[in-house]
Amino acid sequence: MIDFGFSVSPSSRINLDSVDRESFAALAKLEPDVLKCMACGSCSASCTASQFEPTSVRRAILSLQNGQVEQALDLLKGCMMCGKCTMVCPRGINTRHLIISIQKIYGK
Amino acid sequence: MISILISAVQPVTPEGIIDRYPNSYNHFVLPFVIGISFILVYLLIGLIRVLYHLTGEDRIKLLKSLFIPKTALKNLKDLFCDCLLHTKIWKRKPLLGYMHSAIALGWFLLIIVGHLEVYIFAPRHLEGITEGSLYYPIFYRFFIWINPAHETLRGTVFFFIMDLLLLYVLSGIGLAMFKRVRSIALGMRHTTKPSLADRVALYCLWAIFPLRLLAESFTADLSGGSFLTKPMNWMFKAFFGNELNFMPTWWAYSICLGLFFLAMPFSRYMHILTEPLLILMRNAGLKVRKPRKGFAEAEIYACSSCGLCIDACPMNSQKKNLKYSSVYFIRFLRRHNNRRINEIADKCLMCGKCAAICPVGVNSPEIRRVQRETLNNSINYDYSYLDSIAQTAKPENAEASAEGKVLYFAGCMSHLTPKIIKSVESLMKASGTEWEFLDKDKGICCGRPQMLAGKTQAARKAIQANKALIEASGCKTLLLSCPICLKVFKEEYGLKGIEILHYTQFIDRLAKEGKITLEKGTEAIVYHDPCELGRGCGIYNEPRNVLSAVGDLKKAPKERDESVCCGYSLGSMTLDEKDRAKIAEHSVDNLMAANPDCIVTACPMCYRAIRSKSPVPVKDFAEAVVENIKPSKTKK
Repeated sequence: MIDFGFSVSPSSRINLDSVDRESFAALAKLEPDVLKCMACGSCSASCTASQFEPTSVRRAILSLQNGQVEQALDLLKGCMMCGKCTMVCPRGINTRHLIISIQKIYGK
Repeated sequence: MISILISAVQPVTPEGIIDRYPNSYNHFVLPFVIGISFILVYLLIGLIRVLYHLTGEDRIKLLKSLFIPKTALKNLKDLFCDCLLHTKIWKRKPLLGYMHSAIALGWFLLIIVGHLEVYIFAPRHLEGITEGSLYYPIFYRFFIWINPAHETLRGTVFFFIMDLLLLYVLSGIGLAMFKRVRSIALGMRHTTKPSLADRVALYCLWAIFPLRLLAESFTADLSGGSFLTKPMNWMFKAFFGNELNFMPTWWAYSICLGLFFLAMPFSRYMHILTEPLLILMRNAGLKVRKPRKGFAEAEIYACSSCGLCIDACPMNSQKKNLKYSSVYFIRFLRRHNNRRINEIADKCLMCGKCAAICPVGVNSPEIRRVQRETLNNSINYDYSYLDSIAQTAKPENAEASAEGKVLYFAGCMSHLTPKIIKSVESLMKASGTEWEFLDKDKGICCGRPQMLAGKTQAARKAIQANKALIEASGCKTLLLSCPICLKVFKEEYGLKGIEILHYTQFIDRLAKEGKITLEKGTEAIVYHDPCELGRGCGIYNEPRNVLSAVGDLKKAPKERDESVCCGYSLGSMTLDEKDRAKIAEHSVDNLMAANPDCIVTACPMCYRAIRSKSPVPVKDFAEAVVENIKPSKTKK
């Protein structure tokens, strides 16, 4: 292979047809607050775990909506459940239960 | 009188006391005998079940505790105060306390004095099952014939005592019936809905004592009686003429007793028999390991389903949450209704008020935590980033000078309220304390939130990392401003040689040692007891000592172990924002009843919650103190 000095980056295309919508519906039933998120990022800004490891509820919700389950779980696995995100959330989302619910439904 | 009683203890068979039935048996005792045999067998099997499910270690602990004098003494005291006198109910609701001890203590004494009577006048019948020892003392008045001409003073004393006790019990039963109609009169806004078995047992219990009175009245001219039974006997004779009425009443009395015992294991009344076991196990220091087995099972069956926890629960400021009370949680655990169990377990705020006021002392929040553990402990997590921290922190690297320093751990929640940290900083400066800031940046969570969510394994990881950091610092005093952290540091960390202090304790100490001088302001202050600090760690007095030196400390209607949770506790998993806000309002209402100029609390979470609802300024404890330190000292 000739080195051209650049490479083709993997496709970042999301096929929404193949997204697991049932799991998301189940999640929304278990914790309806997931639909309330307006992606302000307060949770990520206050996160204790994000000082060590990329952790963000905002991005996890976004990833789930895009069907990127692995990425979402990666963003939550370092969570320490401290509840700061719940306290700062302007929408009053019950983030701790949301995180646990995501891990229960998607994580196998 | 006393000498008569003492001399009465020696068994004698005086003349004029003879068995009316030669073999001391009549068919009517059968229902009672069946009932009591059933309950005894059930109790034995239950005891074996509970002990079988304990871990070996716990069993040995329980056995050993029975022989440690201090624990044994506490056992005796608790058995007497909790099972018989019910001091806990008396203290909170005197009328309810009277009702319960009238029934429980009265019945207990009836049984004891009844047996004593048999032991003195017909000792033969206590010698064995074949002599009727199972039922004879209960139906003594039926089987005996006492010649009125030979009635002794000693006998009369017993007749009087028995009638008095019966009256005592009947007064309790009367109150209990009234409570069913109007519970608020006895201090309970809500009571539990009885289940079917509860109802059967309840109605039997109500019937037992009036029937006993009737039965003993019918036979009072044969077997003796006193101020209650004798006049009733004369009255009945005047009305009914013959003496054959007594057979149906004795039958009814026996059937009610039998039915009560048959329904007992399936009803709330199982608490009568389980509470002594629970007291022994609790004093032995056992912990809940499984949500439905072993120690937890003893707690579940010891629950009297009285419903005092319903009024106590902060969630129940809204009526729709009544169904999440501890009493129903325990009921569903008993019935193995898993869906409802998990629903309730996740809802609870874990404020611990139900456990604090429970007359039996059932620690249901702990059972809920273990129940959450069964679902959430296995959830994936990855705290590998903590490993490197734990490894690099080494006690050898600690400076020698660190020993006298105070190590401050703010915790996640204090970092959300920088005011608290700033106040602690200026306090350290004012008092001239040397200190280190453990989690100035990159702080690790204390582990309590994971524990509360049932992720115990994950919590252990966080605890391990923090412990390594604390030990590596070399400091011998750990200062915390968050009660949530305090509880887990005290209970789970096992920090040897390091004193763990909440800042309320620390400031109280500084003030007592004269390192800071407080100026008394004119502000009316009301103090909110955070759940984890008060009920969780038992710290009530230190903050009050300091605050009464800072301002005019007022009393909230519900304070100390009755304080109302702010609603934002990390304990609840599923309670939503709206419900939490309602609870916060309710909590603030309780504090505002004292009409204060400002509210002070000692928990960053309560601070945020109360601030959002309070009409008056809310201050953190450290903040209130720093504002009132005498400036002359500050300059030093």
